[in-house]
Amino acid sequence: MTLDQLAKGVVAHITGFQSKTGADNQDAKVVSKLREIGFAEGDEVELMHTGLLFGTPLSFRLNRTIIALRKREASLITISTVEQAASR
Amino acid sequence: MLKLALVGAPNCGKTTLFNGLTGGVAKTANYSGVTVETRSGKFETLAGATVEVVDLPGVYGLDAGSVDERVAVDAILGKLPGETAPDALILVIDAAHLRTHLHTVLQFATLGLPLIVSLNMMDLAERDGMVFDIPKLEAALGVPVIATRATRSAGRKALIEAIDANRHKLESAAVARQEFDLKDLQRQARKIANEVIVHEPAMNQFTRMVDKVVLHPVGGLVILFAILFFMFQAVFSWAVPFMDVIDGGFGSLAEFVSAKLPDGLLQSLIADGMIAGVGSVLVFLPQIVILFCFILLLEASGYMSRAAFLLDAWMMKFGLNGRAFIPLLSSFACAIPGVMAARTIENEKDRITTIMVAPLMTCSARLPVYTLLISAFIPAETVWGGIGLQGLVMFSLYMAGIISAIIISFVLKLTATRGPSQPLIMELPTYKVPQPRDFFLGLWMRVKAFLKRAGTIIFASSVVIWALVTFPLNVEFKDTIAGRVGTFLEPVFAPIGFNAEMVISLIPGMAAREVAVSVLATVYAVQGGEENRDGIAATLAAGWSLPMALSFLAWFVYAPQCFATIATVRRETNSWGWAGFMTAYLFALAYLASMATFWIATAVGL
Repeated sequence: MTLDQLAKGVVAHITGFQSKTGADNQDAKVVSKLREIGFAEGDEVELMHTGLLFGTPLSFRLNRTIIALRKREASLITISTVEQAASR
Repeated sequence: MLKLALVGAPNCGKTTLFNGLTGGVAKTANYSGVTVETRSGKFETLAGATVEVVDLPGVYGLDAGSVDERVAVDAILGKLPGETAPDALILVIDAAHLRTHLHTVLQFATLGLPLIVSLNMMDLAERDGMVFDIPKLEAALGVPVIATRATRSAGRKALIEAIDANRHKLESAAVARQEFDLKDLQRQARKIANEVIVHEPAMNQFTRMVDKVVLHPVGGLVILFAILFFMFQAVFSWAVPFMDVIDGGFGSLAEFVSAKLPDGLLQSLIADGMIAGVGSVLVFLPQIVILFCFILLLEASGYMSRAAFLLDAWMMKFGLNGRAFIPLLSSFACAIPGVMAARTIENEKDRITTIMVAPLMTCSARLPVYTLLISAFIPAETVWGGIGLQGLVMFSLYMAGIISAIIISFVLKLTATRGPSQPLIMELPTYKVPQPRDFFLGLWMRVKAFLKRAGTIIFASSVVIWALVTFPLNVEFKDTIAGRVGTFLEPVFAPIGFNAEMVISLIPGMAAREVAVSVLATVYAVQGGEENRDGIAATLAAGWSLPMALSFLAWFVYAPQCFATIATVRRETNSWGWAGFMTAYLFALAYLASMATFWIATAVGL
């Protein structure tokens, strides 16, 4: 499951990142930007708000921080909604 | 002298810390929407050492995307021309977001420069209920970690003490830079965070509650438009009494000078050229101050990025992105800070598109032209049950600019700036009460820049215009230099309904648009003499037909850029091509719009 599919009010954990395009490695660059702003494996995420047009952009709670992404960026982050005991 | 750079994510309170340390006395290269250029200042430590400190744009790491971030990373690495690299870094991190941002510290540590970590806004984190084990964090990072409250001098004292205590370490040479893998750093950072964060409550509840209202898909947009409406209302109505005072002041000054100096060239140069010219521009200071008050407060409170969030999807449709909101909003005051604020846009194409349309936002310099012509030609009637016709025309002129900007950016996106749009990855900061010191310093920076412009470009152009309309001496106006240029160019502008006087006013209008009003005043005052607003309005109403006046208004919607804007665009795009393109397309639009307005108005018999 990816972050753009997360329903409101459900807490999930990040399991990893994926790069969907091969064209010019554009997604890989986006992934490193996502990492820089703070998304990392094991972090807690929750969908907060969505925009009016086509449900984009989206705002997420990442740990205690709020970060806005568009659907496209969110789809590069894989998540799991099963509570993970080990990570926090 | 020890040179320190303040480094940290946006919104971590760096600028507040900088202003606190330096007392706000700073050198800055130019003015803009946010911390864009590096600002540098000095302070004295308790031990008496003088330290130079540099405030850099916010960065999350070393992988710089936007122009803004590149400036920060280049400054740290000493790659900025004319700037030496800092001896050491103060890494500022918002304590409330330690878990998310700790890897930023580890990333900058790989540079090998000596570090001090400032765990900032500790008071706010503690109020949320966070508890940290700072000695453990120090041990894990191997560098001094100081809890700071940037807003309180007591909260900065510990940092200054740490600078004294670690002085020799901070001055020691940098060790070799290490390669790193961001994923590994993050894993390491999260492990440290787990150990040093003793208690971590849920996110700031106030922010969560406010966002429920402010980011509501429909309600949020209603609030945003209400704020914008209130802001423009304030800019145009609150400023009036102050503008009247400034206007009156310059009028009296000119009279005083005229009375003291003997009649002649010198009196005319000082009173009609210098004082009247600079005064006609300085009169906009109140509007600029009010507009920037709003922009600064919206920014400092954390609302500005919410506005960008709300508008992102809409602006995407037109080839812009949500981050273009701040530059475009600033452009209503003046396109120059607007064009510079576009630096925060990471994607080069989106940035260029934003810069290209920024001048279509009606800047405050166009306001006097609109005001004069509307009062002269549009009757003060109400239509459709209570809507003032004059206000309606003013609103249409603003809307014409905005709608044109939408069309132009849409066309640009399909052609010159085609390509995938920039991803949106933007932190929405916790809401905060703006700091008065930061607010007033920010406002002063903008005011100073505006005054500097009035004192240089506008002063110089006022003198030049005065000379053009004065020489050769003792001839009819039509035979002065300006008159001859106007007569020469008249055929070019005849198809759009302009007469020679109108053409003349356009030329100095290139220096600053608002000068067009004072030129019309001067040109028509050759007979009348008095520089009285109502007088000019009456003269124009008698001399121009309604289609001519409407055509002139249409010209100013697209008004060929003032030189200062063109120069700024040239510098910001680093290309004469883009600056030339912008000038050309605005000229073409202005000409076509004026022609259409003139002939349609004539055809319908206005």
